[in-house]
Amino acid sequence: MTELPLIGEATAAGAGAERSLAGAKIGVVTFPGTLDDRDAVRAVRLAGATPVALWHADTTLGDVDAVVIPGGFSYGDYLRAGAIARFAPLMSRIIDAANSDAKLPVLGICNGFQILTESHMLPGSMIKNDQLKFMCRDQLLRVENNTTSWTGDYAAGQEITVPLKNQDGQYIADEKTLDALEAEGRVVFRYVGFNPNGSRRDIAGIANAAGNVVGLMPHPEHAVEAGFGPEIGSDTEGLGFFTSVLNKIVGDNK
Amino acid sequence: MTETSAGSITETKKFNIDTVENAAKTPDTELPWAELGLKQNEFDEVVTVLGRRPTGAELAMYSVMWSEHCSYKSSKNHLRQFGEKVTDEMKKDMLVGIGENAGVTNLGDGWAVTFKIESHNSPSFVEPYQGAATGIGGIVRDIISMGARPVAVMDPLRFGAIDHPDTARVMHGAVAGIGGYGNSLGLPNIGGEMVFDSVYQGNPLVNALAVGVMRHEDIRLANASGKGNKVVLFGARTGGDGIGGASVLASESFDDTKPSKRPAVQVGDPFAEKVLIECCLELFKGSLVEGIQDLGAAGISCATSELASNGDGGMEVELTSVLLRDPTLTPGEILMSESQERMMAVVTPENVAAFEAVMDKWAVEYSWLGEVTDTGRLIITWEGEVIVDVDPRTVAHDGPVYDRPYARPEWQDAVQADAFTGSVQDAGRPSAPADLAAAVTELISSPNMCSKSWITKQYDRYVGGNTAMAFPDDAGVVRVDEETGLGVALATDANGRYTYLDPYHGAQLALAEAYRNVATSGAVPMAVSDCLNFGSPEDPAVMWQLAEAIRGLSDACMVLGIPVTGGNVSLYNQTGTTPIHPSPVVAVLGKLDDVARRTPSGWREDGQAIYLLGTTAAELDGSEWSNMRGHLGGLPPKVDLAAERALGEILINASRDGMVDSAHDLSEGGLAAALVESALRYGVGARIALQDVLDRDGVDLFTALFSETQGRAVVAVPRSEEIRFTDMCTARGFAHTRIGVVDAEGGTLEINGVETLSLEALREAHEATLPKYFG
Repeated sequence: MTELPLIGEATAAGAGAERSLAGAKIGVVTFPGTLDDRDAVRAVRLAGATPVALWHADTTLGDVDAVVIPGGFSYGDYLRAGAIARFAPLMSRIIDAANSDAKLPVLGICNGFQILTESHMLPGSMIKNDQLKFMCRDQLLRVENNTTSWTGDYAAGQEITVPLKNQDGQYIADEKTLDALEAEGRVVFRYVGFNPNGSRRDIAGIANAAGNVVGLMPHPEHAVEAGFGPEIGSDTEGLGFFTSVLNKIVGDNK
Repeated sequence: MTETSAGSITETKKFNIDTVENAAKTPDTELPWAELGLKQNEFDEVVTVLGRRPTGAELAMYSVMWSEHCSYKSSKNHLRQFGEKVTDEMKKDMLVGIGENAGVTNLGDGWAVTFKIESHNSPSFVEPYQGAATGIGGIVRDIISMGARPVAVMDPLRFGAIDHPDTARVMHGAVAGIGGYGNSLGLPNIGGEMVFDSVYQGNPLVNALAVGVMRHEDIRLANASGKGNKVVLFGARTGGDGIGGASVLASESFDDTKPSKRPAVQVGDPFAEKVLIECCLELFKGSLVEGIQDLGAAGISCATSELASNGDGGMEVELTSVLLRDPTLTPGEILMSESQERMMAVVTPENVAAFEAVMDKWAVEYSWLGEVTDTGRLIITWEGEVIVDVDPRTVAHDGPVYDRPYARPEWQDAVQADAFTGSVQDAGRPSAPADLAAAVTELISSPNMCSKSWITKQYDRYVGGNTAMAFPDDAGVVRVDEETGLGVALATDANGRYTYLDPYHGAQLALAEAYRNVATSGAVPMAVSDCLNFGSPEDPAVMWQLAEAIRGLSDACMVLGIPVTGGNVSLYNQTGTTPIHPSPVVAVLGKLDDVARRTPSGWREDGQAIYLLGTTAAELDGSEWSNMRGHLGGLPPKVDLAAERALGEILINASRDGMVDSAHDLSEGGLAAALVESALRYGVGARIALQDVLDRDGVDLFTALFSETQGRAVVAVPRSEEIRFTDMCTARGFAHTRIGVVDAEGGTLEINGVETLSLEALREAHEATLPKYFG
């Protein structure tokens, strides 16, 4: 089976700046049961970086400049979403790299966010949506913090629409943790207009204290290509996640 | 926990194994053939074929493989027409036809597409969640078996009356099962149907469609060839679930007097299936399998006999090598088990190590069962003792074929004579502006015409990133090639009421609508898959409905020039002596050279001209309006396949050349439904005047709005394209009338002669119905 070709190679030729963008390598992790890995790879490519497929059983991250943990149902979400995936050999490498001085940028989307909380890289947890059903919708979000590794290309307070699709998307944490997240500006995204799952304080995504690790339930990698994204608003408002980290990587390397 | 090695499993088993040797010595042993669903003449035939009584294991195999569900014994004689009525035009793009797990159609550029629709009706009534979930699982494995990557699913559903207390049980379970399984596989759900009718109360129809894509060189077939090649079973372990599901459940009508059949329903594990998909694709990529077959109905019985009979030799397998979930299973049970998420493959000795490496990578369990032989026999042993020794063709292909008696029922004339117009239920037909507005609102909030978003928002339509269009547009559209934009469009349709009124034309109407839906999206229709849901074939009236539907469908395929490439027949959908409406669900697949050119169903741009294509006759029999009024009689709308083809060409050309911005076909609910749906799609209204239509077609406003005349569509044309578009219609001699303009400002749908409808109120009415009944 030939894999479906993804959108053509990013424009590697051209100006020097573009060349360095395409040189940036962003790893996309696949666990058994991961579903949106091909979509994350496409998003990375459309942003102009070079995607690198990472396998959960790998024991090294290679030379990637950032990592995306995509959505899906790793290990079937059996036991608890993300609870088994956190024990994968590659997760130890990701945790070490994220906490190192280099502060590897890590983005967890949906199941990836659940894996980050299960790994204690981010506080809190996700439980079943308050309406108890899987929900797929185009969701309006507000970017509350544009200083993280993954949000630099957005304006603070900017509202973006990206698809949301999950069963266990209700973000919860104790009041003290929630207060601390708010006080430290670590609430990165909030649901606007409609809280689709009962998340505390309308929280859709958060960051670690250093801002290099970000997790959210909605799917920015499904809003990167005209004609294949949300039906309301622009359908490419998720691309900023991937261009943000790219600019961060290129900026750090200057 | 049981040890995994075959040796320790068998130590725990103390069966009195019925070997072939024993069977030959004990011809008079009583066997439970009737309990396993065989009829006396069928059992006698097994004895004749074997020249002795079957062993218990052989009996198990024949009983499931000769069941209605697996053998098509009642429909085979009629289904032949799909293979016989085929023109060169229809064969042109067919790479694999009926008979394999799924047909394969050439898309060009080296791409091929495979799709199939199947039923999982009976299990979904008994246990809605698992029945619907494993329906998705089974059809997806059919697609993988062809060598394809599955890329989307669809689910046509038919349940009992919306307000019946049991409908919510089936609805919640089936929708959650389809979502729970499909969402976990990473396959977007791009469309389907939802119909409520009391005829489906005890026999809901849960059909599932899957589509997959592959390069031509990756096409795989289910055959076991090459002496010495190894036979391997991999995926989930074999358990006690679904034993005899095919023979016992799907081939019998429900009857309250019999004990519960819950244990015959299978239980699904979507995670195991997702891993199996990726693992199989890796096997295909490395060319590591010679032949492959999924395990569905009839489990190992089906896989071994089909692989062996489609190959060039025989097969010999050791049944104690099968990895079990339940070590107490008997050989017969192991052969019949319908445990999900299993595949069987044939591997050359040289590829064994590479095959095992792929299994280890994905942590998929496997066991080598035996090898391909050149004896022409399928031999199954239990600890070396022969318990099955058969010609595999007699199991898989040469089952009984019945020429069941069929006859047009006596009541058909009376039903057809009972037209809606002038009936008791037709009293007080609305004509005043306020009444017509109320009628439109009532229609679009009725169970069958209301918004299905309560269902579709529980399905992931985004995953894969290639969904160009999904419900509620006319067809689901998926991109196949990201470089060129090449893609496919799919629609499924059926109308049980039309088919009840006239099975021959009703089946054609289902095909015509699916064809029209695909063309409306801008795609060129290419292939058909059908799921024929009917009552008991032992009832001559039902058998007549089936025969007529197949004849109608195969005739219409010839006219439209698209072949049936596969499908499924589901019989015995009846409670007591009351069958469901004959419900042939027809799926049509089309091709778009670039999915960017797809045509959505909703209006968007202010000031665009709205045209109605086709003419309108007074055809209310079998319509949604008559259904709302509790009437079913008369004759369904007239079928005009030449007009459908002409309309299709206009819609396809208009899409390709950028002449239309939106298109929506007219079907159930007629023009009224199409106008409201086009407006609500993006929340953009219109101003409509139908006087020209009324004058030309000689119908009144009510008829223009609610008639279900076929071969019609509503399109929105940019001002700059109007002349080109109308010239094209004129040149092709196709009726077209400008009926209004898109109005992006007003927030209303204005129809001359109908009180103005606010989009907000329409949306509220349209979307409130399913939540009202299902929470």
